[in-house]
Amino acid sequence: MKPYLSLSSIQNDLNEGRITCVGLTNHYLKNIDEKKHLNAFVEVYREEALAKAAEVDARISDGTAGRLAGMVIGLKDVLSHKDHGLQGASKILDTFQAQFNATAVQRLLDEDAIVIGRNNCDEFAMGSSNENSAFGPVLNDADNQRVPGGSSGGSAVAVQADMCLVSLGSDTGGSVRQPAAFCGILGLKPTYSRISRHGLIAYGSSFDCIGIFSKTVEDMALVLEIAAGPDEFDSTVSASPVPSYSGSLEKLKGKKYRIACIRETIHTDGLQEEIREATRNTIENLKKNGHEVHEVDFPLLEYLLPTYYILTTAEASSNLSRYDGVKYGYRSPDSGTLETMYKNTRTEGFGEEVKRRIMLGTFVLSASYYDAYYTKAQKARRIIRDRTKKILEEYDFIVLPVTPTTAFQLGAHSADPVEMYLADLFTVQANVTGLPAVSIPNGSDREGLPIGFQVIANDFEEERLLAFSKEIMELE
Amino acid sequence: MKINKELLLKIAHLARLDFDEKTAGDMEADMTRILDWVEKLNELDTEGVEPLTTMSHEVNVTREDVVRTHLSHERALKNAPEKDTDFFRVPKVLE
Repeated sequence: MKPYLSLSSIQNDLNEGRITCVGLTNHYLKNIDEKKHLNAFVEVYREEALAKAAEVDARISDGTAGRLAGMVIGLKDVLSHKDHGLQGASKILDTFQAQFNATAVQRLLDEDAIVIGRNNCDEFAMGSSNENSAFGPVLNDADNQRVPGGSSGGSAVAVQADMCLVSLGSDTGGSVRQPAAFCGILGLKPTYSRISRHGLIAYGSSFDCIGIFSKTVEDMALVLEIAAGPDEFDSTVSASPVPSYSGSLEKLKGKKYRIACIRETIHTDGLQEEIREATRNTIENLKKNGHEVHEVDFPLLEYLLPTYYILTTAEASSNLSRYDGVKYGYRSPDSGTLETMYKNTRTEGFGEEVKRRIMLGTFVLSASYYDAYYTKAQKARRIIRDRTKKILEEYDFIVLPVTPTTAFQLGAHSADPVEMYLADLFTVQANVTGLPAVSIPNGSDREGLPIGFQVIANDFEEERLLAFSKEIMELE
Repeated sequence: MKINKELLLKIAHLARLDFDEKTAGDMEADMTRILDWVEKLNELDTEGVEPLTTMSHEVNVTREDVVRTHLSHERALKNAPEKDTDFFRVPKVLE
């Protein structure tokens, strides 16, 4: 079977009787088997996916199939899928089974999406290389010596290597866009609160967003419009209406935009030369298409990551306090007293990076340092958000690279945590501000490693963002 | 900000984590390195700026205060590392 890039081509062939969902699911299962070494899946639901595929085939014959009939998806191991394993790639959630479906997952299932398995990721979504997993690292299908990015590395590789059509990840600081760029596919982080977080394992609650990996903007738009919207289980989720993102792609075609390009991102020394060139080329092509592009200053660039790390580690230390060995998951065999049970369970159950972030978060929230670090970062967050929103008062979009370099070698940044954190330099702005952003494939470097192009839009402007992304995908 | 052994152990206790001789040294060094790096923020003038404390655009989302069962007793106990028929079990707290 040929690799499919879009749901519409799958549905065409399903409707014409050229393929079946069972055949399609077998095609993905075969690819998963052949590329097992990539370690993209933690668990594969072979029998269940085939059974569901047969059901969907029957519904297609009946004419009762849902809008996602024929879409085979992967779920990052941070998304609740009832009665399936869920452990945030951590030892501390060993044997845990999800009690309910995440709202986003439920909505995709209701439209007949077929879940083929759960994807490997960095432990509790903390990492930029997918090397911090209790299940071992994920390899990039473009070059097996290189990382796929993180934290949603398994989800990105699953789409990259044709093991499923679409996957859901989560993006707290770039965890969907950065691996999408490293793997040469599309990755979307919607506006904060656009998709309910109910059933998403919490890392940094004021940053966390469920995101989407796909090979076409059409599939991304369709999945977003189905997953987004009000939910009684998440009091922070936006009540603003969900437009028909997929329907608007054609409607908004040909619109001309005012676009800001952040000067500091293009001119920074740490940017790989080929990424600089690819970004400039795309900007030139956008100008040729009639868009106005101006360089703007954003002198706050160097404060983004410090703000991000203070706030997310604080939120993580609080969110991860629930893993104590009492109600679920791993409990240390060495649990003589309640306190040793807590300490040994957490010390044995969490990996190094997660402990580092819990410790930092506990430190910045501790009484003596709270104002100097935590409150300071919350103030910086407001300044960064206001400044970014000001740019978006004058411009429709901000464009910038996704990553400073293409996919790096496994182990390249393991020695120094700060070096690893710098991989998120260009992606955290959208999380610190809550704005929607997309990573779009933008060619490759001399070694054939994919490059990404990032577009940030104003709050809840996914409709325009996706229509514009489609235009960028179609640029020469 | 230099993290010394005493401060590390205090924070570790608050976080309910343990560090032995070897891992304590690494964690002290990593935390010191990361804190020095985030202290870049001190350059930024935040005088008179209100902290940004919520990212949601919704205000006071409430629901009717009615009792509902979200999880049955049996399901709630399903993932417990140690349980009896009714309760989670933990090491003895009171003598």
